[in-house]
Amino acid sequence: MGSYEYKTYDFVTPEEQRTGAPARHPVVIVGAGPVGLTAAVDLAYRGVRSVVLDDENQVSEGSRAICWAKRTLEIWDRLGCAEPMEAKGITWKLGKVFDGDRHLYTFDLLPEPHHKHPAFINLQQYYAEEYLIDRVNALDAVELRWSNRVTAVEPDADKVTLTIETPDGPYRTECDYLIACDGARSTVRKLMDLEFVGRYFEDRFLIADVKMKANFPTERWFWYHPPFHEGPSALLHRQADDVFRIDLQLGPEVDPDEEATPEKVVPRLKKMLGEDVEFELEWVSVYRFQARRLAKFRHGRVLFAGDSAHQVSPFGARGGNSGIPDAENLAWKLALVLGGKAPDDLLDSYDAERVYAADDNLRITSRTTDFMSAKGAVPVAFRDAALGLATKWPFARALVNAGRLSTATVHWDSPLNTPDGDDWAGGVVAGQVCEDAPVNGDDWLLDHLGRDFAFLYFFGAEAPVPDGLSGLARLEIPVQPLVVVPQGEGATAGGLTALADSEGCAFARYDARPGSCYLVRPDQTVAGRWRRFDEAAVRAALARASCRDAVAPAAPQEQAAEA
Amino acid sequence: MADVPKLRADLGIAAPDDLYEALIKAHEGLSQEQSNLLNARLIFLLANHVGDDAVLHEAIAAAREGIA
Ligand SMILES: Cc1cc2nc3c(=O)[nH]c(=O)nc-3n(C[C@H](O)[C@H](O)[C@H](O)COP(=O)(O)OP(=O)(O)OC[C@H]3O[C@@H](n4cnc5c(N)ncnc54)[C@H](O)[C@@H]3O)c2cc1C
Repeated sequence: MGSYEYKTYDFVTPEEQRTGAPARHPVVIVGAGPVGLTAAVDLAYRGVRSVVLDDENQVSEGSRAICWAKRTLEIWDRLGCAEPMEAKGITWKLGKVFDGDRHLYTFDLLPEPHHKHPAFINLQQYYAEEYLIDRVNALDAVELRWSNRVTAVEPDADKVTLTIETPDGPYRTECDYLIACDGARSTVRKLMDLEFVGRYFEDRFLIADVKMKANFPTERWFWYHPPFHEGPSALLHRQADDVFRIDLQLGPEVDPDEEATPEKVVPRLKKMLGEDVEFELEWVSVYRFQARRLAKFRHGRVLFAGDSAHQVSPFGARGGNSGIPDAENLAWKLALVLGGKAPDDLLDSYDAERVYAADDNLRITSRTTDFMSAKGAVPVAFRDAALGLATKWPFARALVNAGRLSTATVHWDSPLNTPDGDDWAGGVVAGQVCEDAPVNGDDWLLDHLGRDFAFLYFFGAEAPVPDGLSGLARLEIPVQPLVVVPQGEGATAGGLTALADSEGCAFARYDARPGSCYLVRPDQTVAGRWRRFDEAAVRAALARASCRDAVAPAAPQEQAAEA
Repeated sequence: MADVPKLRADLGIAAPDDLYEALIKAHEGLSQEQSNLLNARLIFLLANHVGDDAVLHEAIAAAREGIA
């Protein structure tokens, strides 16, 4: 089918299965979807080895996810795999909303310049997975095992034991931690008998990927009362390779099998695209969407991430784009715990933060889906009232919900946050992902963050680099000091990395004054911030962000080992 | 701490009978469906004009009180 050639990946008998010698892995990841693969690459980036098990031997069938958000791209960039994605994907930031023939409004998801990554790219999920697999295969620290189906999970206090079915028969393996990234129908979730609570939306949607030569701009076009379709809504969005995603809302009463047949699909698409537009059907599916999550994402040594933990309706592109940050959130915490630098409790903060994020995404996508599938006289009246007012009354455009596209969740109440003690009028709050900014002319701030904890010190003549700054790098949990210097000012960074604020964006986006400083977690999220450097406060915030009682300077031999 | 109510209970409109009549008149000749639409539009226009979330949520709760 279609323009994409599905590669298959060979099953190779795992060493431990061949020899029968029992193995114990620090981390096993179930599922080589976007989330499992990202988790594996991020763990490798932090020096943690993992084994990834997938029951199939190829990438995702059909394109499924197409819209990848700026935050996802930033994470993939840190992991060295954004480049092929952005080269192949289609960059976009504008969305248009129509009611019938009327254009109601246009939204711009990244109205300001000076960001390394676009608001969104559109790239078929099979490509995203393929590029992630290429990345994984270049890493020694990840062993990707195709045609390995997990059939039993035995969680214990000190390990997790798995039974895995392969073309060579079953084998067993052990790990310190198991990450279940095995998707919405998660086997691990079922084996552990965990409830996946929530609701489904009654309406069915026809999702079609169509290849055609067409001049539609690379914008997201969304219709209410589409003139070419009898259902309540429609969506058109370009992907790579001249493939277009089309969603047509069908309502609750249709027969999903019949609706997925070319006899039904082709006439619907012709009505939309015009009788004489030539197109090829790449992929068709009829969906009913869900909004569910696990009550907890951490169950002892088993951690759930991505669709296995939460499932949302796709309007807003918040499925994959919240799963990728799950993986990032978990990776640095597992690395610290496995490295003996943080207590196991740190993993509870994964649960706290990502359950919060899931709830945020569930609420937002459910509101969209409810708006789209309004049922009954009064909900329909409210929806049509918002649509009817929107052309003439600018305020009403905000009420029209045609999808609220994915942005990074702010973990406002995270137990890892140190709340503000000083006065701030904006900037980046504790629990929020760092804003990017151009530095040193052709470089980016985010490219300097994310390896370890980092400390951003905003320099000014009246706030010279404090003595204690360089010592942060020698704490038990090292913190990399970075000095942001206003453009044109001489960098007296005292041997530390200096970043020139080329466009003034860093100072502006961080509401910084000379002496302002930020402690940044390995997932590029702010842990705390101050108007002037206070080493004790920074160390207390670091302890809090790693669930330790305190963080002392490292013992001399440990420093030597790391040097 | 119980929030101090912000929704006014004293009379705020100058000519209550005129308002009442205008509301009824606005619906004349409309089907039930059209009336629902008019009411919904009116609510949005007024809500945006009021603009105060606390007042609006109090008003929603007050309107619902005692109905079911
Ligand atoms: C129509 C549609 C449109 C979407 N659009 C977007 C979008 O634009 N943007 C976005 O971000 N998201 C979108 N999504 C959501 C997105 O596809 C998912 O959120 C994403 O695939 C989740 O990734 P995952 O890695 O958690 O799970 P999956 O991609 O489902 O991967 C799970 C993997 O686990 C494997 N597996 C399952 N059971 C076992 C087992 N027992 N043993 C071993 N392996 C196993 C499976 O083979 C699979 O490879 C869309 C979804 C749909 C359906």
